[in-house]
Amino acid sequence: MSENIIEVKHLQTQFTRDDRKTVVLDNVSFHIKKGEVLGLVGESGCGKSVTSLSIMRLFKDTTGEITQGEIVYNGTNLLSMSENDMRQIRGKEISMIFQEPMTSLNPVMKIGEQLAEAIRLHLGYSDKLAREHAVSMLTKVGIPRPKEILAEYPHQLSGGMRQRIMIAMAMSCRPNLLIADEPTTALDVTIQAQILDVMKQLQADEHMSMLLITHDLGVVAEMCNRVVVMYAGRVVEEASVYDLFDEPKHPYTKGLIGSVPKIGQKRDRLDSVPGNVPTPNNMPKGCKFAPRCKEAMSICWEQEPAIAGVGENRFCRCWLYDEEGRGANA
Amino acid sequence: MEVVNEVGQATVVTLDKQSSRAREFWKKWKKQKTAFWAGFFILFLVLVAIFGPVIAPYDPYEPNYDATLQTPSLAHWAGTDEYGRDILSRIIVGAGLSLGVSFTSVFVGAVIGTILGLCSGYYGGWIDRLIMRGSDVMFAFPDLLLAIAIVAILGPGLTNVVVAVAVFSIPSFARLIRGNTLAAKEAVFVEAARSMGAKSSRIIFRHIFPETVSSMIVFFSLRIGTSILAASSLSFLGLGAKPESPDWGAMLSMGRDYLATSPHVVMIPGLAIFLSVLAFNLVGDGLRDILDPKTKN
Repeated sequence: MSENIIEVKHLQTQFTRDDRKTVVLDNVSFHIKKGEVLGLVGESGCGKSVTSLSIMRLFKDTTGEITQGEIVYNGTNLLSMSENDMRQIRGKEISMIFQEPMTSLNPVMKIGEQLAEAIRLHLGYSDKLAREHAVSMLTKVGIPRPKEILAEYPHQLSGGMRQRIMIAMAMSCRPNLLIADEPTTALDVTIQAQILDVMKQLQADEHMSMLLITHDLGVVAEMCNRVVVMYAGRVVEEASVYDLFDEPKHPYTKGLIGSVPKIGQKRDRLDSVPGNVPTPNNMPKGCKFAPRCKEAMSICWEQEPAIAGVGENRFCRCWLYDEEGRGANA
Repeated sequence: MEVVNEVGQATVVTLDKQSSRAREFWKKWKKQKTAFWAGFFILFLVLVAIFGPVIAPYDPYEPNYDATLQTPSLAHWAGTDEYGRDILSRIIVGAGLSLGVSFTSVFVGAVIGTILGLCSGYYGGWIDRLIMRGSDVMFAFPDLLLAIAIVAILGPGLTNVVVAVAVFSIPSFARLIRGNTLAAKEAVFVEAARSMGAKSSRIIFRHIFPETVSSMIVFFSLRIGTSILAASSLSFLGLGAKPESPDWGAMLSMGRDYLATSPHVVMIPGLAIFLSVLAFNLVGDGLRDILDPKTKN
């Protein structure tokens, strides 16, 4: 249980545009244990999706490249693998669900063909077996009349159904790690709940690890064991889901949790974190969150804090918790 | 029992959907009045091309020195040429030659051009630069001049005309398909397929190629018109079909000496070329209106 399925160590990813290099992920480290659901939280543009693409090494046709760090999956570093070996990992060992169920299925291919594609590729099943497996996967994700659906095209299905099919596809080769990149963002709320239920059920049944990327704290609370909060391409806080909601440490996390409306609280206007994420080309010198932070001190503008332990299995990147107390009285 | 029913119903549903898509296409196609009739003309041409040798009233090669350069009459609907050969029969048999040459050459050009375009758009980098700069070089030549140069190198003859016309079709197809590929490879389902571990070749042919088919069909039909013209021009210049063969271009070339005295010897093959090219262009335009998503309403 305590063994790690994947360890991301000091990951740095950058994109190049007009010869200018932009570091999008800087020194990102986290791990996921076997059978654990790790939430990756942060607002738009903080590098959540780039993290997932880095793990899958899906940077073809972009200028993205991983410049530093290691991604250790089951003891092997994915970054030193050949493209051929990496293809064996994708879909079989680690698979991925995308945000947009409407566009992540090929509109001119039948559902059955798309499902069978990965099954035949990774499990080496015959056409007939692949078909049976596809039907059983569709049944697992709660799709009615699965046999008929196989002969239909994506446009004949609703968004929720399509996302179920994407889940079935991603799960069809029994991956050890599922990366779900905002799987419910594009769906309406009732469907969201159903999809989360399906994912939770399958995750528990298969004892699979999951990286759930989201900006929805409600989803995090429902699904995750542990949470990593990202801000401006850096991990700013890591904690178990209970600790995080009970007592957020980083001012950014506090702001995020504070901005969720609470039942029984009557307010005209919700709290929000003022300002925007700084663009990677225009980063403040010290702590990247300092310009938006209510508790910013002088040192925050000078020097970026390191991520450090702040209790049992808790980590936070903030001067407030600096052991030497350098920031406390400044 | 229930299972049987379910399966039966499913089949009916699928059939219905397929036929409704065909019906929708047919409905739109009928609205394209000119293209609709041009399509009939092409169908007619194709039938003539296939059954030419059977339906031709005379032997297209057999000279008849008693009836040279006759104007159209009941016996010879389109008149006769300088050797007394029936022009209508030569046009009918020539239809097979002209359509065969242009179809084959465009087909070869389309296959090679499409593969190059897919690779160019998908892989990018030096492959893309190599293919596109190569196309630019080809585009710098006027089409026909390039074809003449190729035939001059390979020697005259219909096979070499096919090669020449195919070669100058390649860059246009490559560029068209490259553009479509660039758009298609950005689709999320392509990334999703890659995230499932699909190979590049599979992504190209199963996921990207189908996205390019509709614009390829349109360009294909437009290109056939151009290549009929090109093949005829080469034959006219004596670089294609042998002078005695009933190729439309060759007939035009043979007949030009008699333009002043017997204009029908030139007019009739000229009309055949003109109508066929026009028909293919109209059909191409009509297909574009239906298939191009940008003009869809």
